[in-house]
Amino acid sequence: MLYAGSSVKPARARMTENTKPLAVRCKGLIKVYTTRHQEMVVAVNHLDLEVHAGECFGLLGPNGAGKTTTVEILEGLLAPTAGEVELFGKTWEKDERFLRERLGISLQHTHLPERLTVRETVELFRSFFTQGRDVDETIDLVALKDKEKARYETLSGGQRQRLAVACALVGNPALLFLDEPTTGLDPQSRRMLWEVVLAFKRQGGSVLLTTHYMDEAERLCDRVGVIDHGQMIALGTPKELIESLGGQQIVEFTVEGADEEVNLDALSTLPSVHSARWHTGRPASRGAAGALGTRGRRRAQAHRAVDPPCHPRRRIRQFDRKAAS
Amino acid sequence: MNNARLTAIRELVLTRWRTFYREPGTMFWTFGLPVVLSIALGMAFRNQEPEPLPAAVQEGPQAEHVREVLAKSKDIAIKVLSPEAAHQALRTGKVHVVVIPSSSGDGKVTYRFDPTRPDSRLARTLVDDALQRGEGRPDVVQTATQHVTEPGSRYIDFLIPGLVGMGLMSSGLWGIGFALAEMRTRKLLKRLIATPMHKSDFMLSFLLVRAALLTIELPPLLVFSYFAFKVGINGSVITLTLIALLGALVFAGMGLLFASRSENPQIVSGLINVATFPMYLCSGVFFSTARFPEWTQPFIKLLPLTALIDGLRAVMIDGAGILQLTSPLLVLSVWGLLCFAGALKLFKWH
Repeated sequence: MLYAGSSVKPARARMTENTKPLAVRCKGLIKVYTTRHQEMVVAVNHLDLEVHAGECFGLLGPNGAGKTTTVEILEGLLAPTAGEVELFGKTWEKDERFLRERLGISLQHTHLPERLTVRETVELFRSFFTQGRDVDETIDLVALKDKEKARYETLSGGQRQRLAVACALVGNPALLFLDEPTTGLDPQSRRMLWEVVLAFKRQGGSVLLTTHYMDEAERLCDRVGVIDHGQMIALGTPKELIESLGGQQIVEFTVEGADEEVNLDALSTLPSVHSARWHTGRPASRGAAGALGTRGRRRAQAHRAVDPPCHPRRRIRQFDRKAAS
Repeated sequence: MNNARLTAIRELVLTRWRTFYREPGTMFWTFGLPVVLSIALGMAFRNQEPEPLPAAVQEGPQAEHVREVLAKSKDIAIKVLSPEAAHQALRTGKVHVVVIPSSSGDGKVTYRFDPTRPDSRLARTLVDDALQRGEGRPDVVQTATQHVTEPGSRYIDFLIPGLVGMGLMSSGLWGIGFALAEMRTRKLLKRLIATPMHKSDFMLSFLLVRAALLTIELPPLLVFSYFAFKVGINGSVITLTLIALLGALVFAGMGLLFASRSENPQIVSGLINVATFPMYLCSGVFFSTARFPEWTQPFIKLLPLTALIDGLRAVMIDGAGILQLTSPLLVLSVWGLLCFAGALKLFKWH
């Protein structure tokens, strides 16, 4: 996997830890499963985690790293094998009802009732909370007003995911859990969801989300924890993490379908991108090639995108020279 | 219970109800099938003039004479067949008895029939009687007959309560067991549990919808069978509703129990099939439980569907009141308690 085992000091955490209460605090979290074949699997291995109030924290890692298990333990849906979990200073054992009223949860791959319309679904979830948002306001928030009367079964993947987030927001939570909210979504749906999360954060909400994508973490998260084999292997702001993985890089990637253009302006405005440009007609690449200077994970994406016969490093150097001329 | 709780229960009930009526298949299985079954079976087993019993005379010198004598009887349909054809017809049940007149002309006849078949024995007696009388035997005892066709004694009167019971069983088991298993597989159960929803409200919504469905499930079949077959309800409608409600809840509890653990709807549907099949067969939906051997009777009587159908028949046919229904009510209550207790103990929310 591409995440380096470097540990970055959580600068922001130190600054704020005595002034604001913690939304999430877990210490020494362990989860051991026994499989059908009586094998012991350690899904979470001595994990410590803190999310500050008003912060968006991202858990980044490959499939099977233990992200979902960690989140489900924090959500009170799984019992940990060992370790302490506190949300707003409360525990699941003592204050389940208090916590349920204050949490908004979007699980990984949930199916909402197929035959219910968007509005009916939001109304159903609203009815469980003693206090919450207005149903219309929530539907507006996730931009599903025009789909209000459509049944869940007819919605696209992006719309379903937005509805799932609406169900998480309708209780007006103080803390939002989003487990891979944008996996498998098209770019436009991802951006729409990002807007929803950013708006929630602006209102002072805390967020804990899991993702595969560094760009998502970069865009949404104040701090990111990289998790692999159930352990936190890196922790810091997205910028710190990217810098820790090496200096400036040039990344090249191919776009499938030559006539589909990449929005270069959008790429250039990403926080860690310095510049982006088109490069077409390269013999070794299929279709058009776009290039941008960036750091960290993008390098890996580029590695995967270039054609196998050509060694990735040589490729990037070669491009670097050209860009300099 | 405050307003918020009531709102939540209302929303959960609405969700169940919408899921139910927006599923085109369920409407047919719930309302269409019992009516279709009652039409088909009601036609097949409708009461009519008693059919004459088919019998054959084997070809020979005396055959025509015997045929003429027997043709006078209304109870026998007689025809002359070759020895091979007669044998074949008897073997396949097309005739119940073959009359073989003696070829030597002494007037002696032989009856060929299968004594293990009740129809064969009856046909032999009728044929013998008609033949003896036709040849001049006097009746020594004066007899008179009285025909009885009381309402409630027809097959359709027997069948309708059976179909009602069967419908209650399948909608309870499938409507609740299968629906819950599917919600668990699709992680919807987990999602609901992640909200402040009260688990008891969720369970209650299932039972409320089940009870409400009863009031729209029962009338179509009962009204239809009243107008189409003149099947009435001799007892009180309230008693009938009570026993149907109890039956619906017992099978709802059983559905809950079957769905309490499984992650896989296929396993739940297997469990439901295994549980329902013996009851379809033994609990007297289509024919009386009395046809099963004596030693099986105590077991059959203890099946929940048997108790439910016995109760329904007692009210609909015999007009029984609630006090005469203690035995089926007791059996049903015990089943209900066992199922709900088991489901509450085993139910896995996530």
